[in-house]
Amino acid sequence: MGSLLSACGINVKKKKVEEERHLRANDREFNLSFKYANNAIKTSKYNVFTFLPLNLFEQFQRLANAYFVFLLILQLIPQISSLSWFTTVVPLLLVLSITLAKDLSDDITRHKNDNHVNNRKVEVLIDGELKSEKWMNVQVGDIVKLENNEFVTADLLLLSSSEPLNLIYIETAELDGETNLKVKQALTITGDLGNDIQRLAAFSGEVRCEPPNNRLDKFTGTLTVGGETLSLDNDRILLRGCTLRNTEWCFGLVVFGGPDTKLMQNSGKSIFKRTSIDHLMNVLVIFIFGFLAFMCTILSIGNAIWEYQEGNSFIAFLPRADGANASLSAFLTFWSYVIILNTVVPISLYVSVEILRLGNSYFIDWDRKMYHVKSDTPAQARTTTLNEELGQIKYIFSDKTGTLTQNIMTFNRCSINGKSYGEVVDFAGQRVEVTEKTEKVDFSWNSLADPKFYFHDHKLVEAVKLGSPEVQSFFRLLALCHTVMPEEKTEGELFYQAQSPDEGALVTAARNFGFVFRSRTPETISVVEMGVPTTYKLLAVLDFNNVRKRMSVIVRNPEGKLTLYCKGADTIIFERLHPSSTKLMEVTTEHLNEYAGEGLRTLALAYKDLDEDKFEEWRERHHEASTALDDREAKLDAIYEEIEKDLLLLGASAVEDKLQDGVPQTIEQLAKADIKIWVLTGDKQETAENIGYSCNMLREEMKEIFIVAANTAEEVREELVNARKKMSPESGDEPPIQKSRLLGKKSQVLEDEKVDGEYGLVINGHSLAFALQKDMQLELLRTACMCQAVICCRVTPLQKAQVVELVKKNKKAVTLAIGDGANDVSMIKTAHIGVGISGQEGMQAVLSSDFSFAQFRYLQRLLLVHGRWSYLRMCKFLRYFFYKNFTFTFVHFWYGFFCGFSAQTVYDEWFITIYNLMYTALPVIGLSLFDQDVNDRWSFQYPQLYAPGQLNQYFSKMAFARILLHSCYSSLILFFVPWAAMCDTVRDDGKDIADYQSFALLAQTCLLIAVSVQLGLDTYYWTAVNQFFLWGSLSVYFAVTFTMYSNGMYLIFTSSFPFIGTARNSLNQPNVWLTILLTTILCSLPVVAKRFLFIQLKPTINDKVRHKVRQAKAVPLPPPRKFPRRRISTRRSGYAFSHARGYGDLVTSGRFLRIPVKTRPTLFPHSETPVADSTPQTYRTIFEEAQSP
Amino acid sequence: MKNEGETTEQPDNTAFTQQRLPAWQPILSAGIVIPGFLLIGLAFIGIGVGLFLTSQTITVLEMDYTGVEKDKPCFGCTIPNIQNCTCEVQFSLSTLFKGPVFFYYGLSNYFQNFRKYGVSKDYYQLTGDTQYFTNPQDSCSPFAYDSKKNPIVPCGAIANSMFNDTFELYQLINGTKKQVPLDGKGISWWTDYNIKYRNPSPVNGSFANAFSGTRNPINWPKPVYELDLTDQNNNGFLNQDFLVWMRRAALPDFRKLYRRITQGDYAEGLPAGNYSLTVHYNYPVLTFDGRKKVVFSNVSWMGGKNDFLGIAYLVVGSLCVVMSVVMLIVYAKFKFSDDDDV
Repeated sequence: MGSLLSACGINVKKKKVEEERHLRANDREFNLSFKYANNAIKTSKYNVFTFLPLNLFEQFQRLANAYFVFLLILQLIPQISSLSWFTTVVPLLLVLSITLAKDLSDDITRHKNDNHVNNRKVEVLIDGELKSEKWMNVQVGDIVKLENNEFVTADLLLLSSSEPLNLIYIETAELDGETNLKVKQALTITGDLGNDIQRLAAFSGEVRCEPPNNRLDKFTGTLTVGGETLSLDNDRILLRGCTLRNTEWCFGLVVFGGPDTKLMQNSGKSIFKRTSIDHLMNVLVIFIFGFLAFMCTILSIGNAIWEYQEGNSFIAFLPRADGANASLSAFLTFWSYVIILNTVVPISLYVSVEILRLGNSYFIDWDRKMYHVKSDTPAQARTTTLNEELGQIKYIFSDKTGTLTQNIMTFNRCSINGKSYGEVVDFAGQRVEVTEKTEKVDFSWNSLADPKFYFHDHKLVEAVKLGSPEVQSFFRLLALCHTVMPEEKTEGELFYQAQSPDEGALVTAARNFGFVFRSRTPETISVVEMGVPTTYKLLAVLDFNNVRKRMSVIVRNPEGKLTLYCKGADTIIFERLHPSSTKLMEVTTEHLNEYAGEGLRTLALAYKDLDEDKFEEWRERHHEASTALDDREAKLDAIYEEIEKDLLLLGASAVEDKLQDGVPQTIEQLAKADIKIWVLTGDKQETAENIGYSCNMLREEMKEIFIVAANTAEEVREELVNARKKMSPESGDEPPIQKSRLLGKKSQVLEDEKVDGEYGLVINGHSLAFALQKDMQLELLRTACMCQAVICCRVTPLQKAQVVELVKKNKKAVTLAIGDGANDVSMIKTAHIGVGISGQEGMQAVLSSDFSFAQFRYLQRLLLVHGRWSYLRMCKFLRYFFYKNFTFTFVHFWYGFFCGFSAQTVYDEWFITIYNLMYTALPVIGLSLFDQDVNDRWSFQYPQLYAPGQLNQYFSKMAFARILLHSCYSSLILFFVPWAAMCDTVRDDGKDIADYQSFALLAQTCLLIAVSVQLGLDTYYWTAVNQFFLWGSLSVYFAVTFTMYSNGMYLIFTSSFPFIGTARNSLNQPNVWLTILLTTILCSLPVVAKRFLFIQLKPTINDKVRHKVRQAKAVPLPPPRKFPRRRISTRRSGYAFSHARGYGDLVTSGRFLRIPVKTRPTLFPHSETPVADSTPQTYRTIFEEAQSP
Repeated sequence: MKNEGETTEQPDNTAFTQQRLPAWQPILSAGIVIPGFLLIGLAFIGIGVGLFLTSQTITVLEMDYTGVEKDKPCFGCTIPNIQNCTCEVQFSLSTLFKGPVFFYYGLSNYFQNFRKYGVSKDYYQLTGDTQYFTNPQDSCSPFAYDSKKNPIVPCGAIANSMFNDTFELYQLINGTKKQVPLDGKGISWWTDYNIKYRNPSPVNGSFANAFSGTRNPINWPKPVYELDLTDQNNNGFLNQDFLVWMRRAALPDFRKLYRRITQGDYAEGLPAGNYSLTVHYNYPVLTFDGRKKVVFSNVSWMGGKNDFLGIAYLVVGSLCVVMSVVMLIVYAKFKFSDDDDV
């Protein structure tokens, strides 16, 4: 088997698992002996010869197709075959060929991509000279040269680069979708090789490292050069898929090639999400199989009895094979009926469901109202199999930064030397709302200004121009004290690579106000100060971290003066101020409170002139601390603390974390649709709360907002219980759990508890960690689920996933997670539906999401319009599909009682073959692609329309049981009315009409018309397409029937079309048509009556709105309500600085910080859960350092 | 970097992609449903009355001649293995049986719709394809070959079990029997006679030669080419009785057209009087508890007598009217008020 498969082109498992990789540079022979994969990749699955057999093999592994084959085999047994083979083969072939075509086109695309990638050129060092080589010919151990903006060929060990300190910059867009630059640094020993080809060719370092794996953030290995062994880590490794930026050239040693690269090792493994309807369907299919067996058993028992009573005597007319007896006959009949009644098992349903979901996904892709013009980003349904679930969302978990907010920080206000700037006032001194039209400050005097920067207060510019020393120092500080990397592609065109958008905003502000940060080296910072180029010597960077909440730089200006510039959280800075600043501090505090009240993020800025001697002394101690072997962090912190004191306050800056457009409205709409929104953010509690208010989640009219911020498990529990008791005093201690057991799987579902009034809950990261412990989880869930809005602050990515998992597991509800960054990936993957915000900086979230769009506000359209419609359509489709197939099949069941249980079909075999494929396929697809109860505007007008989806009202086990009964009724009508009408009757010329063929034609015509009318009753929205499909299908039915029953067809294919003449002979009889009319009316009118009465007696929300729409046809809709932007009255601290320690070490690493660059904090400090293990880790720094619980 | 203002990815603005296709959106409003039910109800009652009255005008005379009970005239013929048994069934008509009268034979508890029975024939043979005369299709099994491996034509269970009772109808006028002429022409479907079934072309001028090497079905006393020696157009596969039999019935109780009474004195129908039906009793049905009957019937525009349709239309029509009243009451009493806050 193995050899056969490998001959067919499949890689059977490698014979030997690689334990360690060992390679030597420039020694192909040595490396080839290990048989490492070369750099060619193959993502395609088939080649010309293997395509057909392999693809078919795969397809037949699917249950549906296997079932078809099983039926086909049954049909080939003459004793059992109750239907001709073509009834199964035709649909099977159709399904197979559609899938085949799709797979073929997919694979061709993959082949093309493979070829394209494999044929890219790269310079490889072969035999002492650089040769251009195709990627696929690159071997492990080769040294390759990369130039700027080139893709990294394979996983490389960085040897040397054109940049100082052997640094290189890479962009990881293709790997994790992020566009900000990352830094890698080569070992000094290899870095010294430079671009000296001779030395590189002679380089014979040996690498021993881990075997190929998919961890993007980890690499362990050693490099042995000339007897010296150096350890290698991730900072020396360039991964395939990255792009070299801002680096002229670099050399790398290929460590992993092609399929062994981390990029390839990461691809192809995705979690398969299924919708709740899928799960329900699986249960139903099992039930249907049981039901099928039940029907067949009844019929085969009937057959046994019949054989016993009648069959033996009927022998005169139908002798049977020797040894036939009642029990054998019953056994064979069982299988014969399995063939005939197979249509109850909804095999073709799966194909249709895929088509529908695909169609509805296209509608999402096509929606112009979810298209963002600014970023030219349309919405995208990346997973096409989850649409209807969008109509059932109960919980939304949202990230804050970049999702609710734009992740665009704008320098908005500042307070300098006790004077507040940034507010626009009119002549009367009245505050003016800033709009698009407000006059902007003209920065044209500054040729280096960023044209995208807006500021509205002219006073500040004037102050700068007048040379006010405080204002100038303020901006000088902003231009110097940061870790931003500049990039100047062309003269005067500056781009900043900032660690955090806050910092970018501040540096940009300084730039526009005339203090342009131009370039930096490890030792210097070049600034253009009011047009004068100035270079500062950078002596130390006292980098930011979470505890310090501040950063400082120590610089020497051209005049030789030493200054320490510091920015940080107001509370921290204020503690370290010189007493002389006290007065200023008071004024500034007032300003800070004002800014915080507006939801701005504030920083306090201070400086201090240093004494040369003291600094030298400090520097030495600093050096000591920084080279200390143990407890270095703490020692450094203490050293920093020493010098950051007696600061002189300059002022404060306020940066606006801009909300995305329409966020408050969207949240209000979603809340009306009874969707609960939980914000999970890494931000501080205060910031999160601020945003919660400004985006309308937390409202002043809420009865109470509970804040859980405790330090021990017991306190957290107490606070949670207290909150719960307050909301619902009668709620008991025991959680209301509904246990159910289904198919051997035990499940627990926490029921909703009644609360009156709206509440909010804010819980901080520390408490959340306690609350997420096993014994407190349910307590948290109970309390949180009673609240309208929940905000979790300082949440780690892992906790985000845990919270989602908690709700997903214990609530019978559909969850949706929305986010934009790498820290949201785990939650996006965990939730039933993941939504990524695209068009922003990172793509990681989008890449792992199911749906993506550019703006948070599109979420309401996705859910309230597309989701609702998809759910409605899917449910209508399923209900109708089951109805039409059950009705179709049950008629056979009833006929069994009249044909000696002989598995005689009621209908013509051709009708059976194409009933699902042709006669009823298009109308139902039309219904489920175009139907809408009310249009999108009304959907927004009445978000309550969303509720039925959350409650699973349109398709459930109950609904299924109703369909079953309805089908039963219809099939009884459809069999017994023709039966009674045809019994003993004749044509108007006395000839036969009660013959089998006429009866078959009558029964199938009745059926088709009855189900078509039912479809009509189910259709709310009759487009021309629906009309065309319905009438077209009926016409096709008659056309096909008359054709198949024509003389010509019989003369050509005699035995295939024995129904010759039946249509002509019976469809000209009035009593045939009267029978058809009677069955149609009997099938449809009860439905109409029932629906009408229900609308009158128990109208659903849907009925009411539809009624309203009808009445409002003439009257235009009221204009969309305006949402006033709230001003928050309560003062809240607005300090927030989304920053982690950054390039600080790096930019100065050439100087005195001789310690190697530390690895960045990993995203998931505790990787015990599978979520963390399977999630590729990324370089994106999260905003707050992960807190350990 | 994307240029601002460039909108290459913007979806098309068509009614289809934006799901704004113009559409008719009917709802089940009282204004449509209640009058609709009433109208349908009235129409159905009208049709029902018509159908019912028409059905009443059709006369049907049905006589079971199986001879289960001892006192029945054909009881004597039910003894197994009896040959050439004849019995007479007497009946009288008090009024004219309006013509044209159709003469049916009927079988009960006879499963012509049994699947294996139904497939047991060879369409190619029956289109006169002599290739299949010597090699009947497997579907005919076990009636494809006899025990001596001679192919059977026409093969299969349906042909083999062809109904072979024959009838003669006499009017008894003053003690003498006057034979009523029975017309056996054109009792099968036109398509069966002209398209579906074909005789083989005669070989050497002889029709019988075309069947050489084959044998008649086991239950048949004579070969298929001798079914009607008087009329070649009614012989072979084109024999009307054969065609009628081969069109198998949908239900286990069925009747098949045997003859029409359209000629001579009986063109207007069967006059009142006494009649005698001579039955050549050949067809055994008692083994499987079957029944045989003869039926005389005339027809109307709606075909043969069938009270069901008329009654069903009346009942459904009345229900619709009642329903419309109920719905009216419900609507008047319970209709949800429009200013209900949704």
